[in-house]
Amino acid sequence: MQKNLFHPGRRYLQPDPMCRLCHIDLNGVGVVRGGQTLLRDVNLHIHCGQMTVLIGQNGAGKTTLVRALLGEVAHTGSIRHINEQGVDIHHLRTGYVPQHLQFDREMPVTVEDFVAAAFTRRPVWTGISKATREEVREALAQAEAQDLMRTPLGRCSGGELQRVLLALALRPLPDLLVLDEPVSGVDQRGLKLFLDTVSGLKKSHHLAILLVSHDLNLVREYADQVALVDGTILLQGPPDYVFASPEFDRVFGERDRDTASLGEEAEA
Amino acid sequence: MNGIYAFLDAVLPIAALRFSFMKNAFCAIILLTPLLGLLGTMAVNQQMAFFSDALGHSALTGIGLGILLGVSSDLVSMLVFGILWAVLISLIKHTGWASTDTVISVFSSTSVALGLLILSRGGSFAKYSTLLIGDVLAVTPRDLLYLLIALIAGVALWFVLYNRLLLTGINASLARSRGVHTRWMEIAFMVMVAVAVMLAIRWVGVMLINALLILPAAAGRNLASNSRQHAAWSVGIAMVSGVAGLFASYAFDTSAGAAIVLCAAICYALSLLGRVWRKN
Repeated sequence: MQKNLFHPGRRYLQPDPMCRLCHIDLNGVGVVRGGQTLLRDVNLHIHCGQMTVLIGQNGAGKTTLVRALLGEVAHTGSIRHINEQGVDIHHLRTGYVPQHLQFDREMPVTVEDFVAAAFTRRPVWTGISKATREEVREALAQAEAQDLMRTPLGRCSGGELQRVLLALALRPLPDLLVLDEPVSGVDQRGLKLFLDTVSGLKKSHHLAILLVSHDLNLVREYADQVALVDGTILLQGPPDYVFASPEFDRVFGERDRDTASLGEEAEA
Repeated sequence: MNGIYAFLDAVLPIAALRFSFMKNAFCAIILLTPLLGLLGTMAVNQQMAFFSDALGHSALTGIGLGILLGVSSDLVSMLVFGILWAVLISLIKHTGWASTDTVISVFSSTSVALGLLILSRGGSFAKYSTLLIGDVLAVTPRDLLYLLIALIAGVALWFVLYNRLLLTGINASLARSRGVHTRWMEIAFMVMVAVAVMLAIRWVGVMLINALLILPAAAGRNLASNSRQHAAWSVGIAMVSGVAGLFASYAFDTSAGAAIVLCAAICYALSLLGRVWRKN
Protein backbone atom coordinates (compact mmCIF):
# COMPACT_ATOMS: atom_id res chain seq x y z
CA MET A 1 0.00 0.00 0.00
CA GLN A 2 1.86 3.04 -1.27
CA LYS A 3 1.00 6.27 0.48
CA ASN A 4 2.05 9.82 0.00
CA LEU A 5 5.18 10.64 1.85
CA PHE A 6 4.32 14.25 2.24
CA HIS A 7 1.20 15.69 3.65
CA PRO A 8 0.23 18.83 1.85
CA GLY A 9 -0.94 21.47 4.23
CA ARG A 10 1.24 20.22 7.06
CA ARG A 11 3.96 22.54 8.17
CA TYR A 12 7.18 20.92 9.25
CA LEU A 13 9.33 23.22 11.24
CA GLN A 14 12.53 21.33 10.57
CA PRO A 15 12.32 19.11 7.55
CA ASP A 16 15.06 16.56 7.81
CA PRO A 17 16.18 15.29 4.43
CA MET A 18 18.02 12.37 5.98
CA CYS A 19 15.06 10.80 7.63
CA ARG A 20 12.03 11.93 5.79
CA LEU A 21 11.18 8.40 4.83
CA CYS A 22 10.90 6.88 8.24
CA HIS A 23 8.65 8.57 10.69
CA ILE A 24 5.56 8.48 12.84
CA ASP A 25 2.84 10.98 12.13
CA LEU A 26 0.16 11.99 14.57
CA ASN A 27 -2.59 13.84 12.79
CA GLY A 28 -5.39 15.61 14.65
CA VAL A 29 -5.13 13.25 17.61
CA GLY A 30 -7.56 13.92 20.44
CA VAL A 31 -8.36 12.10 23.67
CA VAL A 32 -11.57 12.55 25.63
CA ARG A 33 -12.12 10.69 28.85
CA GLY A 34 -15.03 10.99 31.23
CA GLY A 35 -16.37 13.95 29.26
CA GLN A 36 -13.10 15.81 29.74
CA THR A 37 -10.91 16.73 26.81
CA LEU A 38 -7.39 15.68 27.74
CA LEU A 39 -5.83 16.28 24.34
CA ARG A 40 -7.10 18.01 21.24
CA ASP A 41 -5.86 18.25 17.67
CA VAL A 42 -2.35 16.96 18.31
CA ASN A 43 -0.08 17.04 15.28
CA LEU A 44 3.28 15.55 16.03
CA HIS A 45 6.04 14.20 13.91
CA ILE A 46 8.54 11.69 15.25
CA HIS A 47 11.60 10.87 13.11
CA CYS A 48 13.75 7.86 13.52
CA GLY A 49 17.32 8.59 14.48
CA GLN A 50 16.09 11.49 16.57
CA MET A 51 15.15 12.04 20.17
CA THR A 52 11.86 13.89 20.36
CA VAL A 53 11.15 15.23 23.83
CA LEU A 54 7.74 16.14 25.21
CA ILE A 55 7.85 18.96 27.72
CA GLY A 56 5.04 20.74 29.51
CA GLN A 57 3.61 21.37 32.94
CA ASN A 58 2.09 18.61 35.04
CA GLY A 59 -1.34 17.72 33.72
CA ALA A 60 -0.54 19.10 30.25
CA GLY A 61 -1.32 15.71 28.71
CA LYS A 62 2.19 14.32 28.10
CA THR A 63 1.45 10.94 29.64
CA THR A 64 -1.95 10.81 27.93
CA LEU A 65 -0.23 11.37 24.60
CA VAL A 66 2.19 8.53 25.33
CA ARG A 67 -0.69 6.27 26.27
CA ALA A 68 -2.51 7.12 23.04
CA LEU A 69 0.64 6.25 21.09
CA LEU A 70 0.88 2.95 22.93
CA GLY A 71 -2.76 2.22 22.13
CA GLU A 72 -3.71 2.27 25.80
CA VAL A 73 -6.39 4.93 25.47
CA ALA A 74 -8.84 5.44 22.65
CA HIS A 75 -8.12 8.46 20.50
CA THR A 76 -9.53 10.32 17.52
CA GLY A 77 -7.41 11.36 14.56
CA SER A 78 -4.73 9.17 13.04
CA ILE A 79 -1.38 7.81 14.10
CA ARG A 80 0.60 6.49 11.14
CA HIS A 81 3.93 4.85 10.97
CA ILE A 82 5.65 5.04 7.66
CA ASN A 83 8.70 2.92 6.98
CA GLU A 84 11.73 3.56 4.84
CA GLN A 85 9.94 2.38 1.72
CA GLY A 86 7.12 4.77 2.41
CA VAL A 87 4.70 2.00 3.35
CA ASP A 88 2.39 2.18 6.33
CA ILE A 89 3.25 -0.29 9.07
CA HIS A 90 0.15 -1.29 10.93
CA HIS A 91 1.75 -2.87 13.92
CA LEU A 92 4.21 -0.41 15.25
CA ARG A 93 6.72 -2.20 17.43
CA THR A 94 7.04 -0.07 20.49
CA GLY A 95 9.54 -0.37 23.30
CA TYR A 96 8.17 1.22 26.43
CA VAL A 97 9.99 2.32 29.55
CA PRO A 98 7.30 3.22 32.08
CA GLN A 99 7.70 6.10 34.49
CA HIS A 100 7.62 3.91 37.53
CA LEU A 101 6.77 0.38 38.49
CA GLN A 102 4.36 -0.30 41.26
CA PHE A 103 4.99 -3.75 42.60
CA ASP A 104 5.62 -5.53 45.82
CA ARG A 105 9.25 -4.67 46.62
CA GLU A 106 9.69 -7.79 48.72
CA MET A 107 8.76 -10.30 46.07
CA PRO A 108 11.45 -12.86 45.33
CA VAL A 109 11.88 -12.07 41.64
CA THR A 110 15.33 -11.22 40.36
CA VAL A 111 16.14 -8.92 37.47
CA GLU A 112 17.08 -12.06 35.56
CA ASP A 113 13.67 -13.66 36.26
CA PHE A 114 11.87 -10.53 35.14
CA VAL A 115 13.80 -10.09 31.89
CA ALA A 116 13.73 -13.81 31.09
CA ALA A 117 9.96 -13.88 31.64
CA ALA A 118 9.65 -11.27 28.92
CA PHE A 119 12.02 -13.06 26.53
CA THR A 120 11.02 -16.70 26.72
CA ARG A 121 8.01 -18.94 26.96
CA ARG A 122 9.62 -21.32 29.41
CA PRO A 123 8.17 -20.32 32.79
CA VAL A 124 10.88 -18.87 35.00
CA TRP A 125 9.66 -20.87 38.02
CA THR A 126 11.11 -23.94 36.32
CA GLY A 127 14.50 -22.26 36.07
CA ILE A 128 16.33 -20.40 33.32
CA SER A 129 18.25 -22.12 30.53
CA LYS A 130 21.85 -21.25 29.72
CA ALA A 131 20.90 -19.80 26.35
CA THR A 132 18.26 -17.56 27.88
CA ARG A 133 20.65 -16.48 30.62
CA GLU A 134 23.15 -15.44 27.95
CA GLU A 135 20.46 -13.54 26.06
CA VAL A 136 19.41 -11.75 29.25
CA ARG A 137 23.02 -10.86 30.01
CA GLU A 138 23.52 -9.40 26.53
CA ALA A 139 20.33 -7.37 26.72
CA LEU A 140 21.23 -6.00 30.14
CA ALA A 141 24.74 -5.17 28.94
CA GLN A 142 23.26 -3.06 26.17
CA ALA A 143 21.68 -0.88 28.84
CA GLU A 144 24.71 -1.13 31.12
CA ALA A 145 22.80 -3.14 33.68
CA GLN A 146 24.62 -6.49 33.43
CA ASP A 147 25.70 -6.38 37.07
CA LEU A 148 22.09 -6.49 38.20
CA MET A 149 21.29 -10.04 36.99
CA ARG A 150 20.95 -11.59 40.42
CA THR A 151 19.60 -8.53 42.20
CA PRO A 152 16.01 -8.84 43.40
CA LEU A 153 13.86 -6.47 41.36
CA GLY A 154 12.64 -4.77 44.52
CA ARG A 155 16.19 -3.87 45.60
CA CYS A 156 17.01 -1.90 42.45
CA SER A 157 17.28 1.88 42.77
CA GLY A 158 15.19 4.09 40.52
CA GLY A 159 18.05 4.52 38.06
CA GLU A 160 18.90 0.82 38.02
CA LEU A 161 15.29 -0.11 37.41
CA GLN A 162 15.17 2.36 34.55
CA ARG A 163 18.17 0.68 32.89
CA VAL A 164 16.61 -2.77 33.35
CA LEU A 165 13.43 -1.52 31.73
CA LEU A 166 15.47 -0.04 28.89
CA ALA A 167 17.13 -3.42 28.33
CA LEU A 168 13.68 -4.98 28.06
CA ALA A 169 12.38 -2.28 25.75
CA LEU A 170 15.27 -2.84 23.33
CA ARG A 171 14.44 -6.52 22.72
CA PRO A 172 13.05 -7.03 20.18
CA LEU A 173 14.48 -3.89 18.63
CA PRO A 174 11.56 -1.45 18.51
CA ASP A 175 10.53 0.96 15.77
CA LEU A 176 9.76 3.49 18.44
CA LEU A 177 11.25 3.73 21.90
CA VAL A 178 9.01 5.54 24.39
CA LEU A 179 10.63 6.70 27.62
CA ASP A 180 8.48 8.12 30.36
CA GLU A 181 11.09 9.68 32.58
CA PRO A 182 10.51 9.42 36.31
CA VAL A 183 9.78 12.74 37.98
CA SER A 184 11.69 11.74 41.07
CA GLY A 185 13.70 8.86 42.45
CA VAL A 186 16.51 9.04 39.90
CA ASP A 187 19.50 11.24 40.65
CA GLN A 188 20.90 13.65 38.09
CA ARG A 189 23.98 11.49 37.47
CA GLY A 190 21.86 8.38 36.93
CA LEU A 191 19.64 10.29 34.54
CA LYS A 192 22.61 11.50 32.51
CA LEU A 193 24.06 8.02 32.34
CA PHE A 194 20.70 6.76 31.15
CA LEU A 195 20.34 9.45 28.50
CA ASP A 196 23.93 8.87 27.31
CA THR A 197 23.10 5.20 26.82
CA VAL A 198 19.89 6.06 24.99
CA SER A 199 21.65 8.59 22.77
CA GLY A 200 24.26 6.00 21.86
CA LEU A 201 21.52 3.56 20.88
CA LYS A 202 19.78 6.23 18.88
CA LYS A 203 22.88 6.66 16.75
CA SER A 204 23.84 3.01 16.46
CA HIS A 205 20.35 1.66 15.73
CA HIS A 206 18.72 4.69 14.17
CA LEU A 207 15.87 4.49 16.68
CA ALA A 208 12.95 6.86 16.90
CA ILE A 209 12.81 7.97 20.50
CA LEU A 210 10.05 9.77 22.31
CA LEU A 211 10.97 11.00 25.75
CA VAL A 212 8.74 12.61 28.35
CA SER A 213 11.06 14.78 30.38
CA HIS A 214 10.81 17.00 33.41
CA ASP A 215 14.35 18.25 33.35
CA LEU A 216 14.69 21.18 30.97
CA ASN A 217 18.47 21.37 31.27
CA LEU A 218 18.84 17.80 30.13
CA VAL A 219 16.32 18.39 27.37
CA ARG A 220 18.45 21.20 26.01
CA GLU A 221 21.46 18.91 26.07
CA TYR A 222 20.00 15.73 24.59
CA ALA A 223 16.92 16.55 22.51
CA ASP A 224 16.91 16.76 18.73
CA GLN A 225 13.32 17.89 18.64
CA VAL A 226 11.23 19.38 21.40
CA ALA A 227 7.44 19.40 21.47
CA LEU A 228 5.74 21.75 23.89
CA VAL A 229 2.55 20.21 25.26
CA ASP A 230 -0.38 22.02 26.79
CA GLY A 231 -3.55 20.11 25.95
CA THR A 232 -2.21 20.05 22.40
CA ILE A 233 1.18 20.49 20.76
CA LEU A 234 1.81 24.22 20.96
CA LEU A 235 5.07 24.02 19.11
CA GLN A 236 7.57 21.52 17.76
CA GLY A 237 11.14 22.20 16.72
CA PRO A 238 14.78 22.09 17.79
CA PRO A 239 15.42 22.92 21.44
CA ASP A 240 16.80 26.40 20.83
CA TYR A 241 13.83 27.33 18.69
CA VAL A 242 11.27 26.10 21.22
CA PHE A 243 13.04 27.46 24.28
CA ALA A 244 13.21 30.94 22.74
CA SER A 245 9.57 31.01 21.75
CA PRO A 246 6.80 33.10 23.35
CA GLU A 247 4.79 29.87 23.75
CA PHE A 248 7.52 28.47 25.99
CA ASP A 249 7.45 31.61 28.14
CA ARG A 250 3.72 31.38 28.40
CA VAL A 251 3.86 27.76 29.63
CA PHE A 252 6.84 27.89 31.91
CA GLY A 253 7.37 31.57 32.66
CA GLU A 254 10.60 33.26 31.68
CA ARG A 255 12.54 32.21 34.74
CA ASP A 256 12.54 28.60 33.61
CA ARG A 257 14.31 29.38 30.41
CA ASP A 258 17.72 29.23 32.00
CA THR A 259 17.23 27.27 35.14
CA ALA A 260 15.25 24.66 36.64
CA SER A 261 13.83 21.31 36.48
CA LEU A 262 10.14 21.08 36.83
CA GLY A 263 7.43 19.61 38.87
CA GLU A 264 7.90 17.64 42.05
CA GLU A 265 4.80 15.55 41.68
CA ALA A 266 4.07 12.91 39.13
CA GLU A 267 1.67 13.74 36.42
CA ALA A 268 -1.66 12.08 36.96
CA MET B 1 -7.95 -47.43 42.97
CA ASN B 2 -7.08 -50.72 44.64
CA GLY B 3 -3.72 -50.59 42.93
CA ILE B 4 -3.05 -47.19 44.45
CA TYR B 5 -4.13 -48.41 47.89
CA ALA B 6 -1.80 -51.40 47.60
CA PHE B 7 1.00 -49.12 46.49
CA LEU B 8 0.46 -46.82 49.48
CA ASP B 9 0.44 -49.83 51.84
CA ALA B 10 3.73 -50.98 50.39
CA VAL B 11 5.49 -47.60 50.35
CA LEU B 12 4.05 -46.06 53.50
CA PRO B 13 3.29 -48.81 56.01
CA ILE B 14 1.94 -46.36 58.58
CA ALA B 15 -0.81 -47.36 60.98
CA ALA B 16 -2.85 -44.28 60.26
CA LEU B 17 -2.96 -45.09 56.55
CA ARG B 18 -4.51 -48.53 56.93
CA PHE B 19 -7.99 -47.02 56.56
CA SER B 20 -9.11 -46.29 53.05
CA PHE B 21 -10.59 -42.90 54.08
CA MET B 22 -7.14 -41.92 55.29
CA LYS B 23 -5.62 -43.14 52.05
CA ASN B 24 -8.13 -41.04 50.12
CA ALA B 25 -7.41 -38.01 52.25
CA PHE B 26 -3.67 -38.53 51.85
CA CYS B 27 -3.97 -38.74 48.05
CA ALA B 28 -6.20 -35.66 47.97
CA ILE B 29 -3.61 -33.67 49.88
CA ILE B 30 -0.74 -34.87 47.68
CA LEU B 31 -2.71 -33.83 44.58
CA LEU B 32 -4.05 -30.54 45.82
CA THR B 33 -1.26 -28.90 47.80
CA PRO B 34 1.25 -28.55 44.91
CA LEU B 35 -1.33 -26.63 42.88
CA LEU B 36 -2.23 -24.38 45.82
CA GLY B 37 1.48 -23.84 46.47
CA LEU B 38 2.13 -22.72 42.90
CA LEU B 39 -0.93 -20.48 42.64
CA GLY B 40 -0.12 -19.04 46.05
CA THR B 41 3.20 -17.57 44.88
CA MET B 42 1.38 -15.34 42.42
CA ALA B 43 -1.46 -14.51 44.81
CA VAL B 44 1.05 -13.36 47.40
CA ASN B 45 3.28 -11.43 44.99
CA GLN B 46 0.33 -9.60 43.53
CA GLN B 47 -1.19 -8.94 46.92
CA MET B 48 -4.35 -10.85 46.16
CA ALA B 49 -4.69 -12.66 49.49
CA PHE B 50 -7.92 -10.88 50.25
CA PHE B 51 -9.31 -11.81 46.86
CA SER B 52 -8.85 -15.54 47.34
CA ASP B 53 -10.44 -15.20 50.75
CA ALA B 54 -13.53 -13.70 49.12
CA LEU B 55 -13.60 -16.57 46.64
CA GLY B 56 -13.58 -19.07 49.48
CA HIS B 57 -16.54 -17.35 51.07
CA SER B 58 -18.45 -17.45 47.81
CA ALA B 59 -18.55 -21.25 48.09
CA LEU B 60 -21.42 -20.85 50.60
CA THR B 61 -23.53 -19.06 48.02
CA GLY B 62 -22.48 -21.52 45.34
CA ILE B 63 -23.78 -24.45 47.33
CA GLY B 64 -26.90 -22.58 48.39
CA LEU B 65 -27.78 -21.62 44.83
CA GLY B 66 -27.06 -25.17 43.71
CA ILE B 67 -29.63 -26.47 46.18
CA LEU B 68 -32.18 -23.82 45.18
CA LEU B 69 -31.79 -24.58 41.49
CA GLY B 70 -31.75 -28.31 42.08
CA VAL B 71 -28.22 -28.90 40.74
CA SER B 72 -27.33 -32.43 41.77
CA SER B 73 -23.61 -31.87 42.36
CA ASP B 74 -22.60 -29.17 44.80
CA LEU B 75 -19.12 -29.17 43.26
CA VAL B 76 -20.56 -28.02 39.93
CA SER B 77 -22.61 -25.25 41.49
CA MET B 78 -19.65 -24.06 43.58
CA LEU B 79 -17.35 -24.05 40.56
CA VAL B 80 -19.77 -22.19 38.32
CA PHE B 81 -20.61 -19.62 40.94
CA GLY B 82 -16.97 -19.23 42.01
CA ILE B 83 -15.85 -18.56 38.44
CA LEU B 84 -18.70 -16.11 37.83
CA TRP B 85 -17.87 -14.35 41.09
CA ALA B 86 -14.17 -14.14 40.17
CA VAL B 87 -14.92 -12.63 36.76
CA LEU B 88 -17.41 -10.19 38.26
CA ILE B 89 -14.92 -9.00 40.90
CA SER B 90 -12.33 -8.50 38.17
CA LEU B 91 -14.76 -6.48 36.03
CA ILE B 92 -15.91 -4.22 38.87
CA LYS B 93 -12.34 -3.76 40.04
CA HIS B 94 -11.38 -2.50 36.59
CA THR B 95 -13.97 0.25 36.56
CA GLY B 96 -11.86 1.93 39.23
CA TRP B 97 -14.99 3.11 41.06
CA ALA B 98 -13.69 1.91 44.37
CA SER B 99 -10.42 0.61 45.72
CA THR B 100 -9.71 -3.08 45.26
CA ASP B 101 -10.03 -4.02 48.90
CA THR B 102 -13.40 -2.25 49.11
CA VAL B 103 -14.71 -4.07 46.03
CA ILE B 104 -13.53 -7.42 47.36
CA SER B 105 -14.98 -6.76 50.79
CA VAL B 106 -18.36 -5.92 49.30
CA PHE B 107 -18.37 -9.12 47.27
CA SER B 108 -17.10 -11.22 50.13
CA SER B 109 -19.73 -10.14 52.63
CA THR B 110 -22.49 -10.28 50.04
CA SER B 111 -21.71 -13.87 49.17
CA VAL B 112 -21.49 -14.93 52.82
CA ALA B 113 -24.82 -13.28 53.62
CA LEU B 114 -26.53 -14.71 50.57
CA GLY B 115 -25.13 -18.18 51.24
CA LEU B 116 -26.18 -18.13 54.89
CA LEU B 117 -29.62 -16.85 53.94
CA ILE B 118 -30.24 -19.71 51.54
CA LEU B 119 -28.65 -22.45 53.64
CA SER B 120 -30.38 -21.43 56.86
CA ARG B 121 -33.89 -21.55 55.43
CA GLY B 122 -36.06 -23.44 57.90
CA GLY B 123 -33.41 -23.04 60.59
CA SER B 124 -31.31 -25.91 59.37
CA PHE B 125 -27.84 -24.45 58.86
CA ALA B 126 -26.34 -26.93 61.31
CA LYS B 127 -26.18 -29.64 58.68
CA TYR B 128 -23.98 -27.43 56.55
CA SER B 129 -21.58 -26.52 59.32
CA THR B 130 -19.01 -29.00 57.99
CA LEU B 131 -18.65 -26.56 55.10
CA LEU B 132 -17.11 -24.06 57.48
CA ILE B 133 -14.50 -26.34 59.01
CA GLY B 134 -14.21 -28.96 56.30
CA ASP B 135 -14.23 -32.73 56.46
CA VAL B 136 -11.23 -34.47 54.99
CA LEU B 137 -12.80 -37.89 55.53
CA ALA B 138 -15.41 -37.06 52.91
CA VAL B 139 -12.99 -37.50 50.00
CA THR B 140 -14.21 -40.11 47.51
CA PRO B 141 -12.26 -41.83 44.74
CA ARG B 142 -14.27 -39.75 42.26
CA ASP B 143 -13.02 -36.58 43.98
CA LEU B 144 -9.50 -37.85 43.56
CA LEU B 145 -10.04 -38.16 39.85
CA TYR B 146 -11.24 -34.56 39.67
CA LEU B 147 -8.22 -33.48 41.70
CA LEU B 148 -5.85 -35.31 39.40
CA ILE B 149 -7.40 -33.62 36.37
CA ALA B 150 -7.25 -30.24 38.10
CA LEU B 151 -3.61 -30.75 39.05
CA ILE B 152 -2.57 -31.68 35.51
CA ALA B 153 -4.60 -28.90 33.89
CA GLY B 154 -3.49 -26.39 36.52
CA VAL B 155 0.21 -27.12 36.19
CA ALA B 156 -0.07 -27.12 32.38
CA LEU B 157 -1.74 -23.71 32.46
CA TRP B 158 0.85 -22.54 34.95
CA PHE B 159 3.53 -23.47 32.42
CA VAL B 160 1.85 -21.52 29.66
CA LEU B 161 0.73 -18.46 31.58
CA TYR B 162 3.29 -17.86 34.32
CA ASN B 163 5.69 -15.54 32.49
CA ARG B 164 2.90 -13.39 31.18
CA LEU B 165 1.22 -13.27 34.57
CA LEU B 166 4.49 -12.18 36.13
CA LEU B 167 4.94 -9.32 33.66
CA THR B 168 1.31 -8.28 34.09
CA GLY B 169 1.76 -8.20 37.84
CA ILE B 170 4.86 -6.02 37.64
CA ASN B 171 3.51 -3.51 35.12
CA ALA B 172 0.40 -3.96 33.00
CA SER B 173 1.31 -1.26 30.46
CA LEU B 174 4.71 -2.79 29.94
CA ALA B 175 3.15 -6.24 29.52
CA ARG B 176 0.66 -4.88 27.00
CA SER B 177 3.45 -3.19 25.04
CA ARG B 178 4.98 -6.67 24.74
CA GLY B 179 1.77 -8.15 23.36
CA VAL B 180 0.37 -9.65 26.56
CA HIS B 181 -3.40 -9.59 26.84
CA THR B 182 -3.38 -8.49 30.47
CA ARG B 183 -7.13 -8.65 31.12
CA TRP B 184 -7.30 -12.26 29.98
CA MET B 185 -4.28 -13.09 32.07
CA GLU B 186 -5.89 -11.65 35.15
CA ILE B 187 -9.17 -13.46 34.55
CA ALA B 188 -7.41 -16.73 33.77
CA PHE B 189 -5.51 -16.51 37.04
CA MET B 190 -8.62 -15.70 39.05
CA VAL B 191 -10.47 -18.61 37.47
CA MET B 192 -7.60 -20.97 38.28
CA VAL B 193 -7.64 -19.83 41.90
CA ALA B 194 -11.42 -20.24 41.95
CA VAL B 195 -11.21 -23.82 40.68
CA ALA B 196 -8.44 -24.80 43.11
CA VAL B 197 -10.27 -23.21 46.04
CA MET B 198 -13.61 -24.87 45.21
CA LEU B 199 -12.01 -28.28 44.84
CA ALA B 200 -10.37 -27.97 48.23
CA ILE B 201 -13.08 -26.29 50.22
CA ARG B 202 -15.09 -29.31 51.36
CA TRP B 203 -12.09 -30.78 53.12
CA VAL B 204 -10.36 -27.67 54.39
CA GLY B 205 -13.42 -25.55 55.09
CA VAL B 206 -14.52 -22.05 54.11
CA MET B 207 -12.83 -20.52 57.12
CA LEU B 208 -9.37 -21.90 56.46
CA ILE B 209 -9.05 -22.43 52.72
CA ASN B 210 -7.34 -19.12 52.11
CA ALA B 211 -4.64 -19.87 54.64
CA LEU B 212 -3.67 -22.97 52.70
CA LEU B 213 -3.19 -20.87 49.58
CA ILE B 214 -1.38 -17.96 51.20
CA LEU B 215 0.70 -19.33 54.09
CA PRO B 216 3.06 -21.63 52.15
CA ALA B 217 3.75 -18.97 49.53
CA ALA B 218 4.23 -16.31 52.20
CA ALA B 219 6.68 -18.56 54.03
CA GLY B 220 8.44 -19.34 50.76
CA ARG B 221 9.02 -15.67 50.14
CA ASN B 222 11.07 -15.43 53.30
CA LEU B 223 13.42 -18.15 52.11
CA ALA B 224 13.62 -17.63 48.35
CA SER B 225 15.65 -15.15 46.35
CA ASN B 226 14.26 -15.94 42.89
CA SER B 227 11.11 -17.26 41.22
CA ARG B 228 12.31 -20.85 41.02
CA GLN B 229 13.17 -21.05 44.71
CA HIS B 230 9.89 -19.39 45.59
CA ALA B 231 7.88 -21.98 43.69
CA ALA B 232 9.93 -24.84 45.15
CA TRP B 233 9.66 -23.65 48.76
CA SER B 234 5.98 -22.87 48.42
CA VAL B 235 5.09 -26.26 46.96
CA GLY B 236 7.34 -28.05 49.44
CA ILE B 237 5.89 -26.27 52.46
CA ALA B 238 2.32 -26.80 51.23
CA MET B 239 2.86 -30.55 50.78
CA VAL B 240 4.73 -31.05 54.04
CA SER B 241 2.13 -29.06 56.01
CA GLY B 242 -0.67 -30.97 54.30
CA VAL B 243 0.71 -34.40 55.13
CA ALA B 244 1.91 -33.46 58.62
CA GLY B 245 -1.43 -31.83 59.38
CA LEU B 246 -3.35 -34.87 58.24
CA PHE B 247 -1.42 -37.22 60.50
CA ALA B 248 -1.57 -34.77 63.40
CA SER B 249 -5.34 -34.54 63.03
CA TYR B 250 -5.55 -38.33 63.05
CA ALA B 251 -3.34 -38.61 66.11
CA PHE B 252 -5.13 -35.91 68.10
CA ASP B 253 -8.59 -36.48 66.60
CA THR B 254 -9.08 -32.88 65.45
CA SER B 255 -10.19 -31.08 62.30
CA ALA B 256 -7.71 -31.86 59.53
CA GLY B 257 -8.06 -28.43 57.93
CA ALA B 258 -7.14 -26.70 61.18
CA ALA B 259 -4.17 -29.01 61.77
CA ILE B 260 -2.87 -28.48 58.22
CA VAL B 261 -3.14 -24.71 58.44
CA LEU B 262 -1.43 -24.72 61.85
CA CYS B 263 1.44 -26.73 60.37
CA ALA B 264 1.72 -24.16 57.59
CA ALA B 265 1.68 -21.40 60.22
CA ILE B 266 4.55 -23.10 62.05
CA CYS B 267 6.44 -23.24 58.74
CA TYR B 268 5.79 -19.53 58.33
CA ALA B 269 7.18 -18.81 61.78
CA LEU B 270 10.28 -20.90 60.98
CA SER B 271 10.67 -19.08 57.67
CA LEU B 272 10.79 -15.78 59.54
CA LEU B 273 13.69 -17.17 61.57
CA GLY B 274 15.25 -18.36 58.32
CA ARG B 275 14.95 -14.90 56.90
CA VAL B 276 16.67 -13.33 59.87
CA TRP B 277 19.40 -15.95 59.68
CA ARG B 278 19.85 -15.41 55.93
CA LYS B 279 20.24 -11.67 56.41
CA ASN B 280 23.08 -12.14 58.85
